[in-house]
Amino acid sequence: MTDLLAARSLMAMSLGFHIIFAVVGMAMPLLMVLAEWRWLKSGQEVYLTIAKRWAKGTAIFFAVGAVTGTVLSFQLGLLWPNFMEWAGPIIGPAFSIEGFAFFTEAIFLGIYLYGWRKVSPRAHIAAGVIVALSGILSGVVVVMANGWMNTPRGFEMIEGLPSNIEPLAALFNPSGLLQAPHMILAAFAATGFAVAGIHAYLLLRQPGNPFHQAAFTIAFVVGSVSAILQPLSGDFLAKRVAEFQPLKLAVFEAQAETQQGAPFRIGGLWNTEHQRFDYVVEIPYALSLMLHLDPEAQVVGFKEFPQENWPPIGVTRTAFQLMVFIGFIMLSLALWGLWLTYKKQPHWQSRRFLQAMVFATPLGFIATEAGWVATEVGRQPWVIVGYLRTAEALTPMPGLTVPLMFFAGLYCFLTWIVIWLMWRHVSATPKQFEMVPAVHEGEPA
Amino acid sequence: MGLETTLALILLTALTFYALLGGADFGAGVWHLLAHGPTRRAQHQLIGEAIGPIWEANHVWLILIVTVLFTGFPAAYAQLSISLHIPLTFLVIGIVIRGAAFAFRHYDVKDDEVHVRWDQLFSVSSLISPFLLGVILGAMTSGQLYLHDDSFWHAYVYPWLQPFSLVMGLFILVLFAYLAATYLLVETNDPQLQEIFRKRAIGAALLTGLLAEAVLILGEAGAPHLWGDLMTSPWGGLMLFGVGGLTMAAVWLLVIRKFWWARTCAILQIILSIWAWGIAQFPYLVPPHMTVFNTSAPEVTLRFILIAMGVGAVLLFPSLYYLFRIFKGSFLLSHKRNYGHEDRSKIM
Repeated sequence: MTDLLAARSLMAMSLGFHIIFAVVGMAMPLLMVLAEWRWLKSGQEVYLTIAKRWAKGTAIFFAVGAVTGTVLSFQLGLLWPNFMEWAGPIIGPAFSIEGFAFFTEAIFLGIYLYGWRKVSPRAHIAAGVIVALSGILSGVVVVMANGWMNTPRGFEMIEGLPSNIEPLAALFNPSGLLQAPHMILAAFAATGFAVAGIHAYLLLRQPGNPFHQAAFTIAFVVGSVSAILQPLSGDFLAKRVAEFQPLKLAVFEAQAETQQGAPFRIGGLWNTEHQRFDYVVEIPYALSLMLHLDPEAQVVGFKEFPQENWPPIGVTRTAFQLMVFIGFIMLSLALWGLWLTYKKQPHWQSRRFLQAMVFATPLGFIATEAGWVATEVGRQPWVIVGYLRTAEALTPMPGLTVPLMFFAGLYCFLTWIVIWLMWRHVSATPKQFEMVPAVHEGEPA
Repeated sequence: MGLETTLALILLTALTFYALLGGADFGAGVWHLLAHGPTRRAQHQLIGEAIGPIWEANHVWLILIVTVLFTGFPAAYAQLSISLHIPLTFLVIGIVIRGAAFAFRHYDVKDDEVHVRWDQLFSVSSLISPFLLGVILGAMTSGQLYLHDDSFWHAYVYPWLQPFSLVMGLFILVLFAYLAATYLLVETNDPQLQEIFRKRAIGAALLTGLLAEAVLILGEAGAPHLWGDLMTSPWGGLMLFGVGGLTMAAVWLLVIRKFWWARTCAILQIILSIWAWGIAQFPYLVPPHMTVFNTSAPEVTLRFILIAMGVGAVLLFPSLYYLFRIFKGSFLLSHKRNYGHEDRSKIM
């Protein structure tokens, strides 16, 4: 394995691992706050139990997310020092904002987790709201920094060096502005569906358990609203990619040749030998219509660009398709739930629906990973599109397969533990409300 | 004062906070490992409760330092990342294992045998990171980064595998443990635990003094720039006397059981040590070539990040104060307070 491939694999692994924890850590606080809010409004202790239960799960994900995020802030330099030297002054300010957002998130999460009996209920839920908001802010800023790598702005190249830097222009780059909402919605959809799926599974085993019914409803509402909005956000983003990164979009949509009235393609395997896609199902004119609102519009094919600038076609395309496909499954499930609500039928009365939700438990995370692979692999061979190639950013440090193996082992170990802990978490279902007695303001703990 | 200098002072301030807060969390891990005897469980519980609500926030200081470094002084960050690749990698591995083990132990729904394993993992990994942090600071101080060298040993191992850096690592490890012992003293009102941590704090304080001496002795050859500044200038002498005086005062206060004041001496000692190091190091980030001036980002970036720091600080410090007031009331407030039994309600 070359050092470049080892470094890319290690970076991909660290990000791919971190992203799951970041997504859960971003979305769970909203779910906790909603449950606590329902408790304050209704006084039903089931909601308090849910909030406390979810808080513990969140704490594990948040902690692992925080430490793996620390790994990334070092690994950017350990693996790509030239990239950081180049990009630090331009996009680094985004990370200083993220640093403070992360600070408030960590401070108020501490208050939320340990402060049940130490602060007033109002202050407690406010702490939860601050955790949720600052989590979203960190996510937005980090994704906007990533967007800058796709559509670099806010500097001029003078004698081969980035000069006349404008950090705000860099931060508010075209891609980042639309990548950020897509990522945030992905976080809420994936987490909402995963939590709803777990409670759906437990409802199938213990029908009528009010704990799981209430938990399912909150998670499903958050997940389904996001899953319904997500295709819209994806559509806006695709139009943006078509405008600023036509090569990447062409790879996403399997558009090899430039074409008027391009069809939307489903499926297809990239045939390297013949430089075409096999086994494609086409919906005529749909791609032109979607991207340019005109069935006859021209869509640029990736063969217009020099082959040395192509990203890996097969991986990028497959990941993109997988993301879209799962997005539509989740949309359908959200609409199914909406239909049940419309018919005034509680969700948990339909076993079919619950079974479908159990099946969907991991889907959001798979889609998130796939979408991230599509955007990151689709950016190759560049680390900063048009300016710096990934290979040029690599550290001179040899033997990078060693840390790769080491971190691979570490991440496998952590994954296994977290799954096992979550299993313990789930299997220890509270029998109605006997888990923790509610504590009201003014009462001694 | 120029923008570069201001940003360097912010870095030094953040490093001070990281040492006083995050450092103490690492130090608590050391005592976790060394806990034995009939009160072992009680010691573990005290440590877990002391760091539980605040360790996440304390850890963010390190992230802030890294982001300010790569934004404000990108060339230095890049060079350090290359030359110190190996210790930095182990540093983050230690951080990951420690944080994850703490979370697995304390946020699990059940309470059973397996928690002993997490405790072990937590305390062992608490040794790695502060030691390596010291090694890295030592390497930055000694400035033996070979910028263009073909041999793996010279480029990637030699810069940090030096007697000076290694002793620095030990020094930081013991210093953090000393700090943590004085914090724990203030946070418990169990006389048995106080007696245990009092003895440990005294031992650690004396060991800190010895290691500080060793750092200075090795520094003459290992970090001539720092050594020269500290040993030959009047302010350097003053700082050294200050640090030594505070150590002795802390030991005496521990002997006569004035824990709050001993803790305060430990804090002052760390602040003084870090600032003595920072001032002696200035304007170098890594002597003899990299200064805050020749590795800094363009002015517009520095200006932006300073404004961001200003706005951030306005939000950060009240929030931090709120956090500490809730969980560390006895820690912040008056020394005259009799540490009445706090409601040590565990998480949930």
